Amino acid sequence: MAVTTARPTVDRTRVAGWLQDYGVYLAVAVLLVFNVAFTANFLSVANFRTQLVEAAPVCIVALGMALVIGTEGVDLSVGAVMALSAALVPLYLGYNALTAVIVAVVAGLACGVFNGFLVAYLGIQPIVATLALLVGGRGLALVIAHGQLVQLYNPTFLSLGSGDLLGIPISVVVAAVLAVAAGLLVQRTTFGRRIVAIGGNRAASRLAGLPVRRVLVGVYAICGVLAAIAGVLATSRLSASDPANVGLLMELSAITAVVVGGTPLTGGRIRVLGTVMGALLMQLVRATLIKHNLPDSTAQMVQAAIIVAAVYAARERSRR
Amino acid sequence: MITVDRPTRTRSVASKQLFATVLQRQGAAVVLVLVVAVSWLTFPNFGTVDNLRDLALQSSFLAVIALGMTFVIITGGIDLSVGSVYALGGVLAAYGSQWGFFGALLLPLVACGLIGLINGFLVAKTGMAPFIVTLATLLFARGLLLAISHEGSTTYKIAADSAFLTLGRGTFLGIGYPVYIAAILFVVGGIVLRRTAFGDTVFATGGAENSALLMGLPVARTKMAVYTMSGVLAGFAGALTAAYLESGVTVIGVGTELDAISVVVIGGTLLTGGAGSVLGTVVGVLLRDVIQNIINQIGTLDSNYQAVVSGGFLLAVVVVQRVLARNRERR
Repeated sequence: MAVTTARPTVDRTRVAGWLQDYGVYLAVAVLLVFNVAFTANFLSVANFRTQLVEAAPVCIVALGMALVIGTEGVDLSVGAVMALSAALVPLYLGYNALTAVIVAVVAGLACGVFNGFLVAYLGIQPIVATLALLVGGRGLALVIAHGQLVQLYNPTFLSLGSGDLLGIPISVVVAAVLAVAAGLLVQRTTFGRRIVAIGGNRAASRLAGLPVRRVLVGVYAICGVLAAIAGVLATSRLSASDPANVGLLMELSAITAVVVGGTPLTGGRIRVLGTVMGALLMQLVRATLIKHNLPDSTAQMVQAAIIVAAVYAARERSRR
Repeated sequence: MITVDRPTRTRSVASKQLFATVLQRQGAAVVLVLVVAVSWLTFPNFGTVDNLRDLALQSSFLAVIALGMTFVIITGGIDLSVGSVYALGGVLAAYGSQWGFFGALLLPLVACGLIGLINGFLVAKTGMAPFIVTLATLLFARGLLLAISHEGSTTYKIAADSAFLTLGRGTFLGIGYPVYIAAILFVVGGIVLRRTAFGDTVFATGGAENSALLMGLPVARTKMAVYTMSGVLAGFAGALTAAYLESGVTVIGVGTELDAISVVVIGGTLLTGGAGSVLGTVVGVLLRDVIQNIINQIGTLDSNYQAVVSGGFLLAVVVVQRVLARNRERR
């Protein structure tokens, strides 16, 4: 990503460490400068709105994923949870929009608690525990929705995806508020310190008397709730409930955003701002490729290369 | 393994452990026999030759993918790229069929083998987590597929007179070639896993990687070999599917990696590595497709129940495995 042919006095591992910490900001800055210089109509309010709205669901899911990855876990079920929340919305929209949103979020909470229970109390590897819900969750969503796309007409609910608050799209406001909340949670609360401690050294945390199991369940529950919120926002934006497609491969995008943002997969460290920037970076990469008429195939291959590069850089640091 | 002084205790522990092992290794087989027996009696169309023949044919494609996945999982890894590689294999086979039988066969095998080799190299030599490496190649292979098929707008067809088609559509004694091919691959795979030094190293790598390294076993080479094998087999399954469908369909294989992982785990192979069998994988594949078949026979059920049943079953298997393993640790 960056030029590493620096003066020979610079230590290579220091460059790698610096890259992991600040590489994502650098990459976002470079892409922004590139686009301002070479992309037509990039510097417009409408374009920035589009980019932020596109990035919002991934960003919200990635925040929960960052917390889970901070505990040395992973949650593969986020896409399926989004599908479940999307499938539940039209069933309860008849009462009112608020009920529908609450039901969807409660379903996400239940999924998260379920994952957390499997991981914390039964001691199943996170990747396996959440795989079961990934396989079954979307199927369940499709069964609930009878495999069909449902058009939504409730104006209150649709305003979530298309409305503005103080001139800013509501979904972007939600993502920003959640990001700040996640940042405060990690930096300023006991719960946040415990998450990092458990990810850093679970055995030591247990010996130190931390409620390891409860914290783990809490983390997966938060991740489930955030995925459900992302599902609600995506459904509202689409103005249709589409459980077959909403959140497809979201686990991949979210993990990418987290890893690119500098949170190591080995746990013990959570970078909330980095995660937000990671989500923005992947969106900017996609937008740049699209705006320069590069096809979807190239975009996917470039994304693959970025993931490998980011994880490779992270590995350099953890070895040090 | 266990040394307990009192003989009575030994016997009860031994029999309990035997029961636990049988449940873990053969649980899926018992369920499969029960499900087949019940559906044979309940659904008049289930036991017909036509239905069983279709069932075997449908199972064979996933079985070939799952064989490679079994090896990868026994080394303690995972390969999420097989779904995309499977689709890529199909498209490459159809594309390569313009150069005749060997073009259609070798192009997907070599290309998919290379992707597997990249997976293996990154996992074995750089120490990156297998699931993130293979997630990246999942994207890469899908991107490559789209590039070859002009963003999915071109579906390459295999000429109707191509000898390659017989690989997917030919029959012997009424049973399709893919069934025989899958069976042969499983026999070879079973022998390699159980009777060769390579197979022993695969188990050792997944069971205790550090000990395997200290014993001087070629751990890195073994890992590269199993990921390459997984890529080749997934590509081959894609080629077989292309031969069966007479074209390289671009939209197949989405989520196939999950199916493959599920059937391997349901078959009793531990996702933590170090234990497993190819026979279990066969049982897992058959169980999945028999349940799918029954859901179709009932007819009124939403076909999406298949995913729900798979997920539920996967969960049950993993929980049982975990509980059994925990009981063993306690003793």
